[in-house]
Formats: sequence, structure tokens, C-alpha cells
Amino acid sequence: MIKTDALIIGAGPTGLFTAHQLKIIGLDCQIVDNLDKIGGQCIELYPDKPIYDIPAIPECTGEELTQNLIKQLEPFKIKFHLNERVDEVKKDNNTWEVKTSNGTKFSTPNVIIAGGVGSFEPRKFSLKECEQFENKSIFYSIKNKKIFEGKTVTIFGGGDSALDWAVELSKTSKVNLIHRRDEFRGANATVDKVHELAKSGKINLFTKYQLSGIGGSRNLESVEITHENKEVKTFKTDYMLGFFGLIMQLGPIANWGLNLDKKTIEVDTEKFETNQKGIYAVGDICTYPGKLKLILSGFHEGALAARACFKLARPNEKYRFEFTTSSKTIKNRLGVKSD
Amino acid sequence: MTKITYIEHNGKEHTIDVQNGLTVMEGAVQNDIPGIDADCGGSMACATCHVYVKDDWYDKLDEKSEGEDDMIDQAYEPKKNSRLSCQITVSDKTDGLVVHLPEKQV
Repeated sequence: MIKTDALIIGAGPTGLFTAHQLKIIGLDCQIVDNLDKIGGQCIELYPDKPIYDIPAIPECTGEELTQNLIKQLEPFKIKFHLNERVDEVKKDNNTWEVKTSNGTKFSTPNVIIAGGVGSFEPRKFSLKECEQFENKSIFYSIKNKKIFEGKTVTIFGGGDSALDWAVELSKTSKVNLIHRRDEFRGANATVDKVHELAKSGKINLFTKYQLSGIGGSRNLESVEITHENKEVKTFKTDYMLGFFGLIMQLGPIANWGLNLDKKTIEVDTEKFETNQKGIYAVGDICTYPGKLKLILSGFHEGALAARACFKLARPNEKYRFEFTTSSKTIKNRLGVKSD
Repeated sequence: MTKITYIEHNGKEHTIDVQNGLTVMEGAVQNDIPGIDADCGGSMACATCHVYVKDDWYDKLDEKSEGEDDMIDQAYEPKKNSRLSCQITVSDKTDGLVVHLPEKQV
């Protein structure tokens, strides 16, 4: 059981700056995120897109913003738990017990949800029958590529993941690659490589086709695909891989007894606290009258939620407001010399 | 004002007046039409405002935006007449447009 003053769910810009605010006022915190990297939507959805409305930064990309926020956190050595989704949040007297998908447990008086639009999950095949083979012969990510050796693998998708794996697996497996249109959205060099391998018969390429059925009882045995013009093809396959990008889902947050409005969490505008004492929501995932889904609003919300955490984490101390320009204590925390 | 008709997957129709200049996505969100999530808020960074444009309307609309098809690849059950409703701007030209909503967005 890890004890911490505050646990932040979500390592996007709001979660990162909230961590900074907690550390500045002398609280410790840890961050959990379901993605395998820090940055949230900024990194996953628009790393290269320029942002123009961060105060005092005329222009920066999602990736640059993330790098700068990480740099700002450097003095504090924050512990990140990536690739983990928070599944359970339960009350135990005055603390919250939090459990992640990897089994990591936290005990904390403060949980700050900075979860954006929810956690990123792979988009799955819409065909219901696919569920029974999930993680057996149907996968949305690859952990061990050895299992595909000498087998027939049918890959769906048109982005880098689909193309990279088609190229890689074609060395040791029989590969079918299926995509809904002729154009691919992967890197040009990879697209060229796929076409080359298709020409030499190393990859069976089917474009303008989509999945329409699967066969098999205990194991997946066959797959059926249908062309835009309704023509149907069926062939044998041992495995199916789907790479349709990531979708955002509120996920387990919906079960924590919080007041929700559509996919957002209702909070007050003093502490950004939810209807549960000690659980806060900041950034895109929170809602209140006048809420703006801007990164700058997330920064403000995080700063206020951090002050509210102080009360529950240090019930016997009084919070004292200080400026970073003049406070010796804060400068010590930042590891910079004071005059 | 321009009339846009949204037909839910279960067949329920909503015909509403949408102000010119807004997108078909904004028209749906502002009028609480279920079935359009628009998670990213219209920045073409997700595919949760996905609609099927009624066939006779599909060719009348402006061409897809650059990168729109890349996002539609990641939508729930994309079809030939799939569009992202955040990339369709409402104008006099779209008066009477009919879009069908998919079974779900995520």
C-alpha cells in the first residue's frame, strides 16, 4: 500500500501542473495514467499541432507543452505509474483506497481526477462474436510476437501500427492486411514497403474491404470480409489483429458515486471538489457553470484543488499562501538558491 | 437558419434549425441530440461525431477535409458515406441535409 498526500489520475497537462502546485505547497503526490507515456491528449491526439492559447507562450505544439511541463516538475522527482488504469476508489474512514488495473494500491486523503475525456482504450471490432476470442486469437496490441510464427495472421487497419506489424510479421507468418480504403495513413516509407511486400506476395493486401464475419468454435478459424461493392471473401486465419486507434472512455470513473453530467464530473468552483469529500476533478473532465475546456482553465483548477488537498493532508497545520518569487521554503522545495 | 435532419440509429428523427456558420456537430450538441459525442470538441482529433450522410447529399457537400478520412478510419463502423460532422459547415447550400447517426460512437 503506497501512502501519499494526493493521488492524481491522468498525466495530461492539467495533471502535471496540479502535481507542481501540490509539491510547491509541500504535499507529496503520485500520478497514474493508462497510457504508456506522459502528456495525455496533447501527446496522443495532437503532438504536432500548434497551440496558440497558453498564456505567455505564443505558440507551442502538444509535445513541446508536455516537455516543458515535465521540465517544470523535474525538481520534485514525481513517481508516475504509467500503463495503469485506476479501477477502484473506495472510502476507508478518512482516506481513499485506490486500486489500479495492475494491482497497485494507494491510500490517500485526496484523489484528483485529471482524466480528460476518460482513459484511452483501443477501439475494438464492432462484431459481437469477436469478444469470445479476445486475448486468445484476437488482439488489439501485441505483447509476444512469437506466438504468430508460422501462423496466418489477419491484420485490420491503415495506420502505422497496422502497417508496421504487417511488415514485421510477414517475415515469419502468412499475413493478410485489410483496410477500408485504398489510402493508408502510415508513414510513407512504411506504406511503400507494404506495397512492395504485397507485390512480391509476402502480404495479401485487401483494400476497400471490412470485417463482416468470423468462424470457429473453440479457436478462431476463419474470417469473412466484404468489399464496398458487397463482394464477400472468406479465408482461414489463426489470428486477427485490430489497429483502429484509441478511443476515450470514462470507464470505471462512472462507478465511483460521483455526480456526473454526460461524461463530465460536477464540481464546485472553490475547491473543484466533487460530491465526495476528498475527490476533486480538474481539467476537461470537470464541469461547472461557465466551464471552458481550455488547458489554461485546467491549470487554474489544479492550483485551487491542490490548496484544498492541504487541509485534508495536514489537518493540524494552517496553509500559508506564499509567492515563488519570495518564499525561502518554496525555493528550497524547488532546489534553487534564495538571495 | 438552415434545416438539418438528424436520424438516430433507432430511427428517431430530429429536424432542427441550425445557424449558418456552425457545424453539423455543433447543431447536434447545442440541441442535445443524442448520438454525437464530439469528445475532442471539433478539432478533428477523434472520431466521435461520426455520421452517415444520406446518399443523395454526400456528393453535394464540400470535399472532406485533409486528414478527415484518417480519423474516419478510427470511427465505429465507417462506411462509404461516412463523414465527421464537425467538418460539415452549415450554410444555405446544406438546407435540408439529412444525416444518419451510427449505433454508437465509442
